[in-house]
Amino acid sequence: MKTDPAGVLTGSHYLDGDFACAEGAMAAGCRFVAGYPITPSTEVVERISRRFPRMGGTFIQMEDELASMAAVVGAAWTGTKSMTVTSGPGFSLMMENIGLAAMMETPCVVVNVQRGGPSTGLPTMVGQADMMQARWGSHGDYEVIALSPESPQEAFDLTIEAFNLAERYRVPVLMMMDECVGHMTEKVVIPPAERIDIVPRRLTGQAPPDFRPYHVNGQDIPEFARAGDGYRFHTTGLTHDERGYPVMSGDCQETCVRRLVEKIRDHADDIARYEEQDVEGADVVLVTYGITARVAQMAMEMAREQGIKVGMIRLLVVWPFPETRIRELAERVKALVVPEINYGQVVLEVERCARGRVPAVLVPHGGGGVHDPERIVEAVVGALR
Amino acid sequence: MKYWRKPLDFGQVKVPRGQVRIVVDRCKGCGFCVEYCPKDVLAMSKGFNRKGYHPPEVVREGECVNCELCEMICPDFAIYSVALEDGSAGGQAAGATDGAEAAGAPACPAQ
Amino acid sequence: MSTVTDARVEDTIPEDEHPIAPFLRMDRIPHIWCPTCGIGTVVKCFASALQESGVDVNKVSIVSGIGCTGRVAGYMKLDAFHSTHGRAIPFATGLKLGRPELLVTVFSGDGDLAGIGGNHFIHAARRRMDLLVVLVNNFIYGMTGGQNAPTTPLTARSSTMPYGNFEPPFNLPHLAASSGATYVARWTCLHIRRLTRSFKEAIGRRGFRFIEVIAPCSTLYARLNKLGTGFDLMRFYHDNSEIRHGAPTSEVDIDFQGRIICGKFVDQQKPTFLDLMHDHYGKMLGDKYVPMPPEGGWIHE
Repeated sequence: MKTDPAGVLTGSHYLDGDFACAEGAMAAGCRFVAGYPITPSTEVVERISRRFPRMGGTFIQMEDELASMAAVVGAAWTGTKSMTVTSGPGFSLMMENIGLAAMMETPCVVVNVQRGGPSTGLPTMVGQADMMQARWGSHGDYEVIALSPESPQEAFDLTIEAFNLAERYRVPVLMMMDECVGHMTEKVVIPPAERIDIVPRRLTGQAPPDFRPYHVNGQDIPEFARAGDGYRFHTTGLTHDERGYPVMSGDCQETCVRRLVEKIRDHADDIARYEEQDVEGADVVLVTYGITARVAQMAMEMAREQGIKVGMIRLLVVWPFPETRIRELAERVKALVVPEINYGQVVLEVERCARGRVPAVLVPHGGGGVHDPERIVEAVVGALR
Repeated sequence: MKYWRKPLDFGQVKVPRGQVRIVVDRCKGCGFCVEYCPKDVLAMSKGFNRKGYHPPEVVREGECVNCELCEMICPDFAIYSVALEDGSAGGQAAGATDGAEAAGAPACPAQ
Repeated sequence: MSTVTDARVEDTIPEDEHPIAPFLRMDRIPHIWCPTCGIGTVVKCFASALQESGVDVNKVSIVSGIGCTGRVAGYMKLDAFHSTHGRAIPFATGLKLGRPELLVTVFSGDGDLAGIGGNHFIHAARRRMDLLVVLVNNFIYGMTGGQNAPTTPLTARSSTMPYGNFEPPFNLPHLAASSGATYVARWTCLHIRRLTRSFKEAIGRRGFRFIEVIAPCSTLYARLNKLGTGFDLMRFYHDNSEIRHGAPTSEVDIDFQGRIICGKFVDQQKPTFLDLMHDHYGKMLGDKYVPMPPEGGWIHE
């Protein structure tokens, strides 16, 4: 459906990534945000706290990130699209209830504006070292979707996409921004509401006595019922059967948890989104995401001037990892080079998918700044040797 | 019951009568209902239910005044009382022959 | 079906004839709580209170945490959420703010709400979030095998304090009242009628309402402290509880096998979080203020 115009600030704006993300959430129909201030994400909730009272949304600054995530999951069960925003240290705290959201199959969005870590790290400076945590942060088996924008415009667009993916797959979706994109101010064009498509929260058509909250009937995801509509359902973080009742058995675990994992894995190719440049006939392909993609752009041009046939694949969706495409590329190129602002995270996935056919070369950076394009060029040259 | 004078509403007060119903297999033999019944209607039986607990049984038939205390205090939702229609007037529960404190239950300890 | 040999009971009672069966998930009864555990009694009183109060049961949601009392959500036939340890209160906050017309109840234990959930407890009370919080206090962490809790009295034994507890415990009504709760009461499982009345009263109130219910824990607290069974604890409550309505909450601490002061300690009417929010935004933004409607923020075609 087309989104509710109340949340759409149509026009051409000069916004930073955090503000653009807030606008994207409102445009997507988000009407509940619970957050806790943490640099460099605080501007998102500051923007929301200013705009929400004028458009029917409720914002609450909770006492900590644990409460924020719990409140987001609770609000989602009323049918309201909900979101929270944080950075590294808060992301670690939210893991418990991200797991709850995954287990209860609650659609919601968690934005992590990454900064240097670990622990308190570099609060005001960029990092990209939470990428593996996004995938594996909470205990147990589950799958999430994670997106990575490279500009404020993309922060707007991908936040809407995040909400849509959350509704379609009933899963928490993580917006893995970074401090550079979050604090960078650029032009953001917000279209009119009639041109923004959103996936609304779809409710079950079943009558209350027949409704079973986790009954799938051959689909991938169960139907949703809101609290307060008379369905009187039960849902739990314990392993549960299709009535939502806890059952402690290996069989129930197999039925319950396998589907949580497969509903994403089986659709990994549909969910994958990436942009490619000059990949055809390339000898080296750069695999990038977030702010590093923009630096890699420069490195690519510099390498071209040296006569190297280099291309780039930029991941907009990092999880589920686009295994199919990376495997294809690994068949055709001589090396895959992965610059990232960490000491090796997404490169491990690239290496796994390359299956030893080609080297996966990491260009690390500890954080606190972006790569010097020269280092990336050196790595490209070195990879071909 | 002996009155030193007859109350003015002697003819109108009806002592309620109730019947205890026990969901035998749900009982866990805690003993709360037996202990706190103000009319000592129940006692723990010597028999077992399916789970091996001793459920209560009615030992003073006709004494139940449907105060519903057993229903409220049972942690296992295994006992309740239903009202019987023939509560009698005159301050006496029908069928109470031993002159026990029939008119109005004594102050319930668990109020 | 019955195998009681000399009982005068009806053998074939349909299970759903119990007066509060409509409020229970009968397909999950009998429940997992131990014999002489008091949690079932609290559930019965609460269900009766809901029935007698006449509220629209479809709009009542219940959120539980982890622990023995945390299983209450699983047995009550309401929109029920069994959330993570200590996070029942913020989860309930999300429910309430996402759909303000809901009547949201939190049912959890002393370890869940006052231990790991302590921070959320005091902030929700401070904010006067519109929640009814029922805390069943058995002075111990029951589900995990009897560890020391923030409410375990001094000198009481537990599995992690085998020589007796030396940490001073919380005085929960005092904590709730000082944090800003507008309705604070304490009862024991024995005070069934007063507890039911208290529940009914609290259901009709608004704001952060807190009811502590002292419950016997036979398998852990009573056994580890050689106090008999839950039945003996009920007898103890009978002899040692004292009703003092309006008592100053600073005076209602519980010592090990000491007096238990019960009653309604605080009953005030103050604007709730949502009242304050609406008033304030209304004042600051005038007719530009667009509140979330009571039916919530669900956007649909």
